Amino acid sequence: MSDILRPYGDTTGDGMVQMSFTLPMPHTKVAEGAAQQLANKMGMDPAMVVHAKAISPEFTFFVVYGRVHHLVEVDKVRVVERDYPLLSPKEANLAIRKTLRRRMVVVGACIGTDAHTVGIDAILNIKGFAGEKGLEYYREIRVVNLGAQVSVPQLVARAQEEKADAVLVSQVVSQRDAHLLNTREMSAAFREAYPSDKRPVLVIGGPRFDEKMTDELGVDRIFARGTTPADVASYLVHTLAVRRQADRTKEAHAS
Amino acid sequence: MTPRLELDPALVARARELAARAGQPVVDLARQHTTVSVERAVLRLAGLTGTDPLTGGVDGGAEGTVPWVNRVVDAVREQVGLEQGVAMPVWHALTSGDAPSLQSLAESVGAGTARFELPTGGDADRAREAARAAVREGIARIDANRRRREELVALHGDPPRRPWIYLIVATGDIYEDIPQAQAAARAGADVIAVIRSTGQSLLDFVPEGATRTGYAGTYATQENFRLMRAALDETSAELGRYVRLTNYASGLCMPEIAVLAGLERLDMMLNDAMYGILFRDINPQRTFVDQRFSRMVHARAGIIINTGEDNYLTTADAVDEAHTVTVSQLLNETLAKEAGLEDWQLGLGHAFEIQPELPESFRLELAHALLARSLFPDAPLKWMPPTKHMTGDVFRGYLLDGFFNLAGALTGQGILLVGMMTEAVVTPWLSDRDLALQNVRYVLNAAGGLHEDFHPAPDGFIAQRANQVLAESVDLLEKILDHDKGLLDAIADGTFGLMRRPADGGRGLDGVARKSTEYWNPATELLEVSGG
Repeated sequence: MSDILRPYGDTTGDGMVQMSFTLPMPHTKVAEGAAQQLANKMGMDPAMVVHAKAISPEFTFFVVYGRVHHLVEVDKVRVVERDYPLLSPKEANLAIRKTLRRRMVVVGACIGTDAHTVGIDAILNIKGFAGEKGLEYYREIRVVNLGAQVSVPQLVARAQEEKADAVLVSQVVSQRDAHLLNTREMSAAFREAYPSDKRPVLVIGGPRFDEKMTDELGVDRIFARGTTPADVASYLVHTLAVRRQADRTKEAHAS
Repeated sequence: MTPRLELDPALVARARELAARAGQPVVDLARQHTTVSVERAVLRLAGLTGTDPLTGGVDGGAEGTVPWVNRVVDAVREQVGLEQGVAMPVWHALTSGDAPSLQSLAESVGAGTARFELPTGGDADRAREAARAAVREGIARIDANRRRREELVALHGDPPRRPWIYLIVATGDIYEDIPQAQAAARAGADVIAVIRSTGQSLLDFVPEGATRTGYAGTYATQENFRLMRAALDETSAELGRYVRLTNYASGLCMPEIAVLAGLERLDMMLNDAMYGILFRDINPQRTFVDQRFSRMVHARAGIIINTGEDNYLTTADAVDEAHTVTVSQLLNETLAKEAGLEDWQLGLGHAFEIQPELPESFRLELAHALLARSLFPDAPLKWMPPTKHMTGDVFRGYLLDGFFNLAGALTGQGILLVGMMTEAVVTPWLSDRDLALQNVRYVLNAAGGLHEDFHPAPDGFIAQRANQVLAESVDLLEKILDHDKGLLDAIADGTFGLMRRPADGGRGLDGVARKSTEYWNPATELLEVSGG
């Protein structure tokens, strides 16, 4: 594979792409021209409006094929790679049994005034998300879902009471940066309540977080939009195993 | 003509008998208990609306404020307990002159001056009569709505064919939902479902007013119901076809939402026996008590319930666990009939969720769909599209939805939920919905009558598979009956959907009260006497 690529239709280097979209206008000749204009502005040249259909008197749907001249520079692509192996529920259960030799305890909540449990429920409830079952389904994970509008002191107390291995917090509402403020308050409270090596793994999730802000927010991991239960379970298994390994090494050195 | 399979009649009879026995302890439990939401539903039937302006409230709005029905029920509970029901203490306060109306009594609860006590003798008779009269008005409105629906169906007509095409709208803002729902109806939808805001099932109150801030759905409120029904009435007249409206009577406020649906002439309600327990961790006792009341209301209102068996298949394997769907359908049927619902009101659910790469997956789907069709010949089964095996590959998804539609046409399903090729990608765009409806229209035009020619061989793959699933269902029902308390214990030990849900666990148990011998509820009295 070369470092410089173009999209492939049926010939190397032809740059052909296909797209579909809707414009809020009646289906007329002008509408088809408008679709063509949009495609041209997006860099498709030539652009072929191959299909146009009135969805209603006010909307028209288009399919456009065309050539783009942009080059893909593969060596300049930057992504955050998953730095842990993705496990199936069965594999995760097995790994927990092997490393922890007991069930993993996960405490989850929406903190502050945020009442949107959609995120935490998608990850924790058995119903799950995107066809994947939630952490409740994992035999070796004990889930304590505290639901919405949990205060930080409540969360810390419950985490201690349940001997949580991990704390999952979901924040959907981001008005006036509430999600960032709440998260900082939460991580500070955990730092205060636990010695650093005993603190549960702190995981935060929500559609408005930047995955690279972990240090700034004082948490171990941030999950953004589209995260599935298996992502979270695999991360927790991996992180707890690494910690366990570090503990053992420390003990070995001490003795 | 409905396609049928030859099922072993002895096995079918056995399955129904076992389901009835498994359901009996749940019915007994529901008769012996009441809940805060059942009692609030009584006050709603008597016309109490609105919220206490001095509670909560986000930015001065009404959305976070506590409804008066909650305030009154909580006050009665605090002062005299819930075990006698709220009707006697509340109407005693009214007939003894503490307040001129239910509304002003609620306000005195807000002010902290209301005093409740249980009346005796002549006072009790007066309170009982007044409560009956008040609740009768709400039930009369539900009856009038049922008659009105029948008139409108007669006037505008039913959809020209089965299955009815069921489409979901979910913007979070009722004023966005309305034009979208109208557009969907114009594009061919026969049934509009407004999905609720995420998390509403766990709220122990019903939000109030027209709402614009739902998340991944729009709050179920009485005003939202009214606005949407009025808009669809306009569209029905325009289209010459009665467009039905659906919402959710599920979660912690099932009884109240059922009442609101009856009061605002909704036509179908999602209302499953076990969904809240298994998938939302709502307390089993709370669920079964609330559910029986809500189903009595639906029966009276002429509402078609939709059950949620499709959900089992989103968490379990659609082939291995096919019989759990059948068992749940049988349980839903027996509990629904006990509550007064008739066959035509049972939109029993099932879904097209078999792994598409599995050899003969389509034949297996047909077998399962035909089993449901043959087992419940007079119920308008609700056929749910693929979700679990929908990926970001929208092109493949479109094909899968086409096969789903074909299976629906071939097996004579009653209600077909339109599948979206962008399932698991985005909430449906305008164009997604249009493409999905084109898919349905093509299949129903091209093959709508194919069920007339479709007679699977009695000893063939489809018939054998259907009988096998039925046999597995009977085995599972027998296993449920091996438990001391039948269904409740089976739910507790994880027989369904892999989840263990003990009878004293989950949300909402504190809202359940065992009825005393003094218990009296004018709504159940009126619904039981004259109910179906």
